[in-house]
Amino acid sequence: MNTVVDLSNDFAVGSTQGGKYVVERSTRAGIATMVFFAVSLGFSVSMPFWADASYLRWLSELACYFVMAQMWNLLGGYGGLVSIGQQAYIGIGGYALIVLANMAGINPFFAVLLCGVVAALIAMPISQVVFRLPGGAFAIGTWAVAEILRLLVANTTELGGGSGASLVALKGFDRSAREAITFWISISASYGSVLLVYFLLRSRFGLALTAIRDSEVASQSQGIDVKRTKFLVYAISAFGFGVAGALYFLGALRISPDAAFGVSWSPLIIFMVIIGGVGTIEGPLFGAVLFFVLSKIFEDYGTWYLTALGLLAIVVTIWFPKGVWGYIANRFDLHLFPVQRRLRLRDNS
Amino acid sequence: MTVWIDAIIQGVLVGGLYALFAMGLSLMFGIMRLVNVAHGDVVILMSFIGLMAVEKLGLQPFTAMAVVVPVALCIGYALQRGILNFTISKDPLPSLIVTFGISIVIQNLLLEFFSADTRAINSGGLESQSIAISDNLAAGVLPLIVFGSAVLLTIGLQWLFGNTSMGRAFRATSDDHGAAALMGINNAHIYALATAIAIGILGIAGIFHGMRTTFAPTDGPAQLIYAFEAVIIGGLGSFWGTLAGGVLLGIAQSIGARLDPGWGVLVGHVMFVAVLLFKPNGFFPKTR
Repeated sequence: MNTVVDLSNDFAVGSTQGGKYVVERSTRAGIATMVFFAVSLGFSVSMPFWADASYLRWLSELACYFVMAQMWNLLGGYGGLVSIGQQAYIGIGGYALIVLANMAGINPFFAVLLCGVVAALIAMPISQVVFRLPGGAFAIGTWAVAEILRLLVANTTELGGGSGASLVALKGFDRSAREAITFWISISASYGSVLLVYFLLRSRFGLALTAIRDSEVASQSQGIDVKRTKFLVYAISAFGFGVAGALYFLGALRISPDAAFGVSWSPLIIFMVIIGGVGTIEGPLFGAVLFFVLSKIFEDYGTWYLTALGLLAIVVTIWFPKGVWGYIANRFDLHLFPVQRRLRLRDNS
Repeated sequence: MTVWIDAIIQGVLVGGLYALFAMGLSLMFGIMRLVNVAHGDVVILMSFIGLMAVEKLGLQPFTAMAVVVPVALCIGYALQRGILNFTISKDPLPSLIVTFGISIVIQNLLLEFFSADTRAINSGGLESQSIAISDNLAAGVLPLIVFGSAVLLTIGLQWLFGNTSMGRAFRATSDDHGAAALMGINNAHIYALATAIAIGILGIAGIFHGMRTTFAPTDGPAQLIYAFEAVIIGGLGSFWGTLAGGVLLGIAQSIGARLDPGWGVLVGHVMFVAVLLFKPNGFFPKTR
């Protein structure tokens, strides 16, 4: 597999000498982003020491949306596996937190990561079922799976049945310490999800993934293991959603089958990604912030707000399929997270 | 024993309604590879339009169908021509997102105008009439009418596909839309006709749904999932398969509900998963 193709006449991949073309894998904006990334991470980490508690709660919630939008985009935007049922893994993450922290007595903050692992493990058998559905039918199949899980949990009295359960394991923690730790984990998860997607897409795996999205047959003929790649991306996305779900309910402190597995998650996440820009790393981040600000402003207009959001998603999909960020990226050739390979003529200097 | 025979009869009859929901979904997927996520919400929209026709215009439910079905046909045609035709491509993402957007819009507009209350269409006592089969068994008149309509519509659709020039155009576009266009078929128009028929059937299904049970603006997604499961259980590409899928789903739910009241829907879902695992093409796939 690791054959090196000799293109030394025309190409010089990753070297500084010879060749007519160079393959560019980084941009100046990309390097600037990484610097900004590191600075903002340091800034965020210091926030619990000086910022107001309500801001911490808001940002923790926003961080959950960051993770979810990023993971949905990885699956649907880069992998071409459009799912309306990722709330299945939000719910699994949330309930796994209840089981691990309340019942097994594991430290709830530590359990968050385990919840992601649980979600990924459960995603493995589920993928064997939903992957049998062709094209668009996959989307509804995943939704049916989320419904099945909701009904199963609602019928399980040990998990609190239809009325849900509280995260009593957090009782012993001081409130401000609890909120600070939740905030730190949320921030790490959101930065982690961006980095995960960024490095996944720059790897061979990412190349295979986008190739499958563009043509399954063609990528198979190039020797890509389509089944394995799809399976992996589904499990990774489930892991992310599991962590995000656990984090969300770590902040909310209460869970019920309808809140955890409810279909109302899907429009939020999908519209964030679509409006922000599907198939880019920046788009979901942009979409999540936009959505978060809008939802705080228009909270009181519930049904009209959602109606407008639905219309906006329709308009964006038909007339601006690359979303807001895609427009900016095209217009200004701006790539904050360069994941593509671009061929440039070498300057003869 | 009688309990189980009764469960099966009720299951078959409710399956007729699921088949009515599922036919349009199967039709649109078959011709355009388009999965209409808003399908369940359109059922509920039609129930509300039917309710308005009965309450505001003072019509009988069956006369109301004569008003609602043409409205539904027009909505379907306009929806496809005006919006959905722009989303048809090899990539399923645009059509899924757009129909999902439509689903959210329908749900929230219904919530805004009709509130979250549950409603029912008054069928003038029809819902309580039944025909005795034996001493302990009876079948409701309304469920029988619904089931009969499902069978008639299946025959009608099968005839339309097999024996008319419109049906031939449907099949041609489904097989190869490029070649069909070369033969002078206007794909945009054919797609719009298919959606018109799909939504038109929902005009009938929505009113039956409203007569049989109560409904609320947020009930759509559940109807979509039942319809979808019926299509997959029956197998894609055959209307008789879709009818059979609806009936099998109905039987599974009805038997599940007798085992434990909380299990009805769940047993239906389990059957769907089992079919996907062991018979991924469904029970009656069309052999090409």
